[in-house]
Amino acid sequence: MSAVSMALADSAIMLRRNLKHTTRNPVTVFNAILFPIVMMLMFVKVFGGGFDVGVDYIDYATPGLLVMTISYGLGATATAVNDDMTKGIINRFKTMDVSRGAMLTGHVVITTVRCLVACAVIIGVAFAMGFDPNASAVDWLGALGLIALVSFAASWLTVAMGLAAKTAAGAGMAAVPLIMLPFLSSAFVPADTMGAGVRQFVEYQPFTPIIETLRGLLMGGASSGDTIAAIAWCVGLAVVGYVWAVSTFKKRA
Amino acid sequence: MRDRPARDCGGMRSSAIAVSGLRKAYGDKTVLDGIGFDVAAGSVFSLLGPNGAGKTTTVNVLATLLKADAGTVYVAGHDVATATKQVRAAIGVTGQFAAVDDLLSGRENLQMMAALKRVRSGDQVVMRLLERFDLVESADKMAATYSGGMRRKLDLAMTLVGNPQIIFLDEPTTGLDPRSRRTMWEIVRELVADGTTIFLTTQYLEEADQLADQIAVLSDGKLVAEGSAEELKRLIPGGHVRLRFTDPATYRSAAAALRDVTTDDEALSVQIPSDGTQRELRSILDWLDSTGIEADELTVHTPDLDDVFIALTERTSKEAISQ
Repeated sequence: MSAVSMALADSAIMLRRNLKHTTRNPVTVFNAILFPIVMMLMFVKVFGGGFDVGVDYIDYATPGLLVMTISYGLGATATAVNDDMTKGIINRFKTMDVSRGAMLTGHVVITTVRCLVACAVIIGVAFAMGFDPNASAVDWLGALGLIALVSFAASWLTVAMGLAAKTAAGAGMAAVPLIMLPFLSSAFVPADTMGAGVRQFVEYQPFTPIIETLRGLLMGGASSGDTIAAIAWCVGLAVVGYVWAVSTFKKRA
Repeated sequence: MRDRPARDCGGMRSSAIAVSGLRKAYGDKTVLDGIGFDVAAGSVFSLLGPNGAGKTTTVNVLATLLKADAGTVYVAGHDVATATKQVRAAIGVTGQFAAVDDLLSGRENLQMMAALKRVRSGDQVVMRLLERFDLVESADKMAATYSGGMRRKLDLAMTLVGNPQIIFLDEPTTGLDPRSRRTMWEIVRELVADGTTIFLTTQYLEEADQLADQIAVLSDGKLVAEGSAEELKRLIPGGHVRLRFTDPATYRSAAAALRDVTTDDEALSVQIPSDGTQRELRSILDWLDSTGIEADELTVHTPDLDDVFIALTERTSKEAISQ
């Protein structure tokens, strides 16, 4: 077997392992889906009435909630990656010459899949709550593609944070900023309604162009500036996450 | 201790492991201070030492997990520094902490190993290992629910997937109950009977005595003795009669009266060298009577590995203190 096919086969074995972990630990999936639903109910049914965003609040909030769903699912990954590094199993894989990075690939793929599943559920719940998108099939495809790209980029970043953290608890904490960022974005209210300092932060943080692009795709009126910024952020974060993860893995493993 | 030049790795060789001049330091703390040994193929070699002596560091270097600062290490005929892949293909490692996946069942853990090692007819191999390690009943339960002994067994079973020629066991029975310990010993003996080479670290002298063909005693990063259990026991005159006192004053006067004895102020006891024969015992008793010493407890000790171990490792720690 060539090195590449060895690496792919090892990654597939690791993915199967992560997949089993997910089914054994359904609380992780449940959490990743339940929390965004609770947030959704809270924002749409409780706060939403008080926000004037110009459209039905569920239509405004759903793209932001999707991004929040992605970021909320990451904490579990950071903890799982850290667990793998601190428990004996990593040494076993190392003495067996398992392809470098197969373990990381497994975590990235399972996280991306979990994010997509959670987003699918959230979209279903949004429809049940009266979500009325204005999107063609191509727009939907674009939105799904962006969700997958964001998940993928955030997964690499989270895997890196999980590797860099000293303890599993620390790894869980490291993912908190990623969970908080959507709140400081245009996810729930438009940026121009915010105070000066916050508004600038909101405008320049990665989640805002991502959410605006998603909103544009689902509700119409996508701006190419936001789209380019969103894709650039995703690619940038994915590269940073990947480089950081691989170098930390080499150092620690 | 022994500085043997490493033999060339080609051709026929009887050493499964050949180490010389191995050094490893973390910062300015020297963990391994130039150790060397040979392990014959198909034998059990035991590295014996107290906590912190450098046993795990040695295993980690030999098992390609850690790079040495100096020295040569050949495992299965390959240099661990340059032929890492070949070394890894030949070895199996069971570390101090069970490296099993808690969220997978015993069977799934083994299946994962079979897949990673690309073992043909993996399911049969897995089934045979489950049977051999008496894990069939719990095969489909998550490893997280296993007892300590079961986890160790599963860990070792995972290491055996793919039949490695050389197996490293780093304190395989630490924390196990006596029955599980004996089960592990049985498994090790079976492996040796099949021709596997075993590199075992332990802090239990009994374990080394039971299993090892060759024992090396590691203390503060140096090998302080090497040989078979019998050879080591002959190294120091460990036989003695031990007198224990309950009253400190009596102890002090006895310690002062008896010369050429080892005293232990904390335990209020003195040790008089003895070969354990009836004749010598009587002469000791006569001598004690004549000096008017009356101990509260008298026990006769024949030399065992414990004596060797304590004598050898104490000597080096005393040297370290005096430096």
